[in-house]
Amino acid sequence: MAAIRISAMKTAKAGEIIELKALIRHKMETGFRRGSRGEAIPRDIITHFVCLYNGEAVFEADFFPSVAANPFLIFYTRATESGTLEFRWTDQHGTVSSQTANISVES
Amino acid sequence: MKPEQPSTDIDRRAFLVGGMGLAVASFLPLSTKAAPADMQAAVKELFGDRPLQEGGVTITIPPIAENGYSVPLTIDVDSPMTPEDYVKKIAVFSPRNPIPNLVQFTLGPRTGLARVSTRIRLAGTQKILVVAEMSDGTLKSAAAETMVTVAACIIG
Repeated sequence: MAAIRISAMKTAKAGEIIELKALIRHKMETGFRRGSRGEAIPRDIITHFVCLYNGEAVFEADFFPSVAANPFLIFYTRATESGTLEFRWTDQHGTVSSQTANISVES
Repeated sequence: MKPEQPSTDIDRRAFLVGGMGLAVASFLPLSTKAAPADMQAAVKELFGDRPLQEGGVTITIPPIAENGYSVPLTIDVDSPMTPEDYVKKIAVFSPRNPIPNLVQFTLGPRTGLARVSTRIRLAGTQKILVVAEMSDGTLKSAAAETMVTVAACIIG
């Protein structure tokens, strides 16, 4: 559906707080704009984001039309164990886009 | 030769007036702006009647945003983010955008640090409100004003 960019450290120490950056290319059409002929442009937005750390949600976001185009997030999580981080976006039609990043945690 | 200026003049005037009307109509937003009362209603809908405590929340937003289509926003909440004491939810509200809810975040002890950054749209100069719900149910809040020179939503 769209281009995704993720920034996450590949290795971390156990207990360390790591920064995660996630961007998805999406126009986030508000539904408040009109086209060149005055017709209303229908709303088309991503409504939900979740970051799963080995399947468990560590951060979630709910988007409304006031989130800028190409939604960008910086958030944090505590490195607990090696595994995968899944970044998952869902749009208003239920379409899911996701990408995963591996993390190896040293004790 | 007689100039036919008068009749074309009237047509042109009628055309211009009609065109201006259309132009003005096309700039009107589809729905009216959210009033501050709508913002209070949105806060109440999400968090009920619990009192808001000012402080404990830091909003980082430019005081002047040249472009209302993308305004960087960072929110910090004072919290140790332990299983006993953490931030459950952060909600951002607008008194002026068409919908008072801007964005909401759900956090937990595994989030580790109660800080989040994103980019928002602002339909004009306004004072946004951030409410953070703690794990014990208390609500912390802060507000920050941004002057917007080119507003989102108003121009196509």
